[in-house]
Amino acid sequence: MHEMSIALSIIEAVDAKGREEGCGKISEIALLLGKLSGVEPAALRFCFSAAANGTLAENARLAITEPEGVGECAECGARFPVTFFYAECPKCRSLCITIISGEEFMIQSITIEEGE
Amino acid sequence: MCDTCGCSADGGAVLRKPGGSDDHVHLGDGVEQQTHNHAADEHHDHEHHHHDGRSRTVVLEQHLLHNNNLLAERNRGYFEARNIFVLNFLSSPGSGKTSLLETIIPLLKRRLPVAVIEGDQQTTNDADRIDALGVPVIQINTGSGCHLDALMVNRAVKELELHDHSLLCIENVGNLVCPALFDLGEALKVVIMSVTEGDDKPLKYPTMFREADVCILNKIDLLPYVACDVAKCRENAMRVNHHLAWFELSATTGEGVPALVAWLEQRMLQP
Repeated sequence: MHEMSIALSIIEAVDAKGREEGCGKISEIALLLGKLSGVEPAALRFCFSAAANGTLAENARLAITEPEGVGECAECGARFPVTFFYAECPKCRSLCITIISGEEFMIQSITIEEGE
Repeated sequence: MCDTCGCSADGGAVLRKPGGSDDHVHLGDGVEQQTHNHAADEHHDHEHHHHDGRSRTVVLEQHLLHNNNLLAERNRGYFEARNIFVLNFLSSPGSGKTSLLETIIPLLKRRLPVAVIEGDQQTTNDADRIDALGVPVIQINTGSGCHLDALMVNRAVKELELHDHSLLCIENVGNLVCPALFDLGEALKVVIMSVTEGDDKPLKYPTMFREADVCILNKIDLLPYVACDVAKCRENAMRVNHHLAWFELSATTGEGVPALVAWLEQRMLQP
């Protein structure tokens, strides 16, 4: 499943950053995963714990923030919550909606413990 | 263990030429290793602000698929520099990706050279079908993998002799979920669905339809036999992504194919 590819990608990135920073281990990884990002947090946690063994990220806590989906109508400018990419403006019923929140897909930060 | 050459490259992708020969190339982590080395070589200022003596937070703000995206941009730069127009064909298994390529490639190759990268878990069956069209093709077998990624494409391109001012068609692994997230460096993502799959397909797999640039409804010759409301299907696709270029065709009868070919030719000639 693609959550495994994503978990491996996260581990690679934080492992490299951790080594750059000269850390002993990574205690927490803060992720920003919007509700519309296409990634399932539970599946990601599962794959992460399997993939992190033997790396600086082993036993790191995954702190996942999931920004809500918010759409903005391209016609009347109204902003409203959305749960899928397809949505109708509640004010003017236009289908031309731009997603302004909920597609976030990034590693925000890592918390590292000093060590050799 | 690879049962062709006996090496221990377990579960990684493999490149194969059509025709079932034993020649193959295992994809390793070569590119990822290079990225690691660059990071290690960077000179760092170690005067960091400490929160307490024991732990501190380091900001990354890095995309989850950072390495794939970087390599996809390298692929993209290479293709742009050589004027190679790249299409990434995506769909559920059995929607007609290979059949569509078999129909459009003989028409397109009259205008410019065409090459193909095929993606499947196993076999060179699809590459063999493309090989019969007389264009260069390489098969990526992902093994247990469910999608192609930028690294696989980067390596596959090195096994193909590509021409300047040409077309490269990448047929992704049949899967309407995972391939949507993995940029390969293509110019356009083309999603294919068929009339036998239900007119609500775009609503059920919105991520894929949102990422696509072109949407093709295939197998329209079967419309008399299946309950598919074409207008509803198009409306559903447009609800998810109102930028989609929409085509209805049959890869087997050829109906609707000239319109797609003309549109592609026009896009390829755009500066």
